[in-house]
Amino acid sequence: MRTALSWRGDVLVAALAFVALAVPAFALGVSSVHDFAVRFAIFGLLAMSLNLLIGTTGLVSFGHAAFFGSGAYAFGLLMQSGGWSVPAAILAAMAFTAVLALAIGTLCVRLSEIYFAFLTLAFQMLIHSLVISWVSLTGGDQGLMGGVPKPPFLGIDLGDARHLAMFSAFCLLVSVVALRQIVRSPFGAALRMLRDNPERAAFVGLSIFRYRLAAFVIAGTFAGLAGVLMSLYVSGAFPTFLYWTTSGEAIFMIMLGGITVFLGPLVGTAIFLVLNDRITNITEHHGLVMGSILLVLVLGLRKGLLDFVVDAWRERQEKRT
Amino acid sequence: MDLGELSSCLGSASCLVTQVSAGLTIGLLLFLVASGLTLIFGVLGLVNFAHGTLYMLGSYFALTAYGATGSFLAAMAAGAFGVAIVGLLMERFLLSRIYGSDVLMQLLVCYAIILIVDDLVKIIWGGDFLKMDLPDAFRQPPVIIAGGIIPYYYLILFGITATIAVALAYGMGRTRFGRTVRAAAVNPGMVGALGINTAAIFAAVFGIGSLLAGLAGALSAPIRSVVPGAGVSILIESFIVTVIGGMGSISGALIAALLIGFTRSFGSIGFPLFTEGMMFLMMALVLLLKPSGLAGKSQA
Repeated sequence: MRTALSWRGDVLVAALAFVALAVPAFALGVSSVHDFAVRFAIFGLLAMSLNLLIGTTGLVSFGHAAFFGSGAYAFGLLMQSGGWSVPAAILAAMAFTAVLALAIGTLCVRLSEIYFAFLTLAFQMLIHSLVISWVSLTGGDQGLMGGVPKPPFLGIDLGDARHLAMFSAFCLLVSVVALRQIVRSPFGAALRMLRDNPERAAFVGLSIFRYRLAAFVIAGTFAGLAGVLMSLYVSGAFPTFLYWTTSGEAIFMIMLGGITVFLGPLVGTAIFLVLNDRITNITEHHGLVMGSILLVLVLGLRKGLLDFVVDAWRERQEKRT
Repeated sequence: MDLGELSSCLGSASCLVTQVSAGLTIGLLLFLVASGLTLIFGVLGLVNFAHGTLYMLGSYFALTAYGATGSFLAAMAAGAFGVAIVGLLMERFLLSRIYGSDVLMQLLVCYAIILIVDDLVKIIWGGDFLKMDLPDAFRQPPVIIAGGIIPYYYLILFGITATIAVALAYGMGRTRFGRTVRAAAVNPGMVGALGINTAAIFAAVFGIGSLLAGLAGALSAPIRSVVPGAGVSILIESFIVTVIGGMGSISGALIAALLIGFTRSFGSIGFPLFTEGMMFLMMALVLLLKPSGLAGKSQA
């Protein structure tokens, strides 16, 4: 009964968040707000899905952008081929990334730590090279040109910036609720056990391989959805989506927010996007400022911002009792 | 893909000579960078993602020193020793704080260093492509062997890098310092208990790795464009070399660096768009079949 209650609670909170955030944004009609909402949804979803691997399962993937980019390309190509409605193409693109994650994950999750990180990186760069060299299908270096058609469905016209902002926020919230249910389920508890003590998990009869693979596929599928939103946002797909820098940025966002708190990656995404926009406005020495902030954060706090806040708060509570 | 051209090149002596010499030069330069990376990983357990940045700094230092003095030797010394000093400062003040922490921490600290140094370089040298001139003594007509063209500077590069490879193998394998370093890699606590300053050993290894990266950057300044962010592609290639050769193995790094050099030189004829993909394919295969690398000892 407890899980059913928390499930309803999550949905309620998500619905309230949607009303509180999306409706004013819709009513305001400021294009920079719409823009930010879409980018926040895209990168928030990417960071949240990656944290299922890094924070919950303890698998540090350097190649998560492989699924982000694949989702974007799959969706863009399906829509350009014509005859697909938007929801059908979204589901197909997510299914495609799930299959891809299953194939890559089967090979990768057997390795541990640094080797896992490098192998995921290798596969990501391999896909990146394939996309660049398969010019007739993907447009190579130039990316998927010619725009992505967005035929309206159910009264939603994703060509309209306001509709796209609402739709992205909706996708993000649904995914976050789903991810939270996954993390809190017995399956999620098993993943944390794999992270903290794989020997013990194997000893009580859990298949490390199957659980890690399942987490890898789920994370990849949600990253694919983030890629679909990206493809809708820029009306195309580009090789940089699959490049290692995109994976690096996602890790950066997670570390900014914190890996131990469920919503940490979302906080990190917001900080990252705001910092990025602000710094680009103020100075051209973007890297200098970003790098210094990162250095202070990593060497000073040694954890993400939310991790730090939560730990400090817990310590105070303990002192009181 | 143009595999027909590749097979016709393999059949012609002139093309073969040109490509083999290019592959050897690329491979040996790469070895200088990758050997430092693998040494630092093997001894310090640190994945130095900022290693490519040291290479880039080597190019800039050499360029400036050559512009000021006009001496090739001074340029090489500035690149090598200047970067060694930068590397030592980096190790003492930043990286030594994160020894033993997880790879995510190492990645982020190095990422921060890359962002900061790239921007500093942009402020000091500007964001344009630069190139170092060659001294007159090196401006000789290319050497022609069996119809294949080898640029004169490639021969000099080959001589220098091959000498260093031999010196490194000797230094690590046969000298007292090399033995101490290898012992510290296996069991730093025991080495420390014997009265050897392991922190100094770690710093020295990082310094040597930086010196090699800086020298490689300086040597490549006349043949590659020098630009902020130039460290990234060499970093990625060095990683591939390190993984293929086995992390921590210098002889493995040599084999893998030459393999990558030949992939680059022959790939540019047969599959120009997929050379990078081919390198990652090799890396993935090695990780899948023998994660410890070609020359690495398998671990449990």
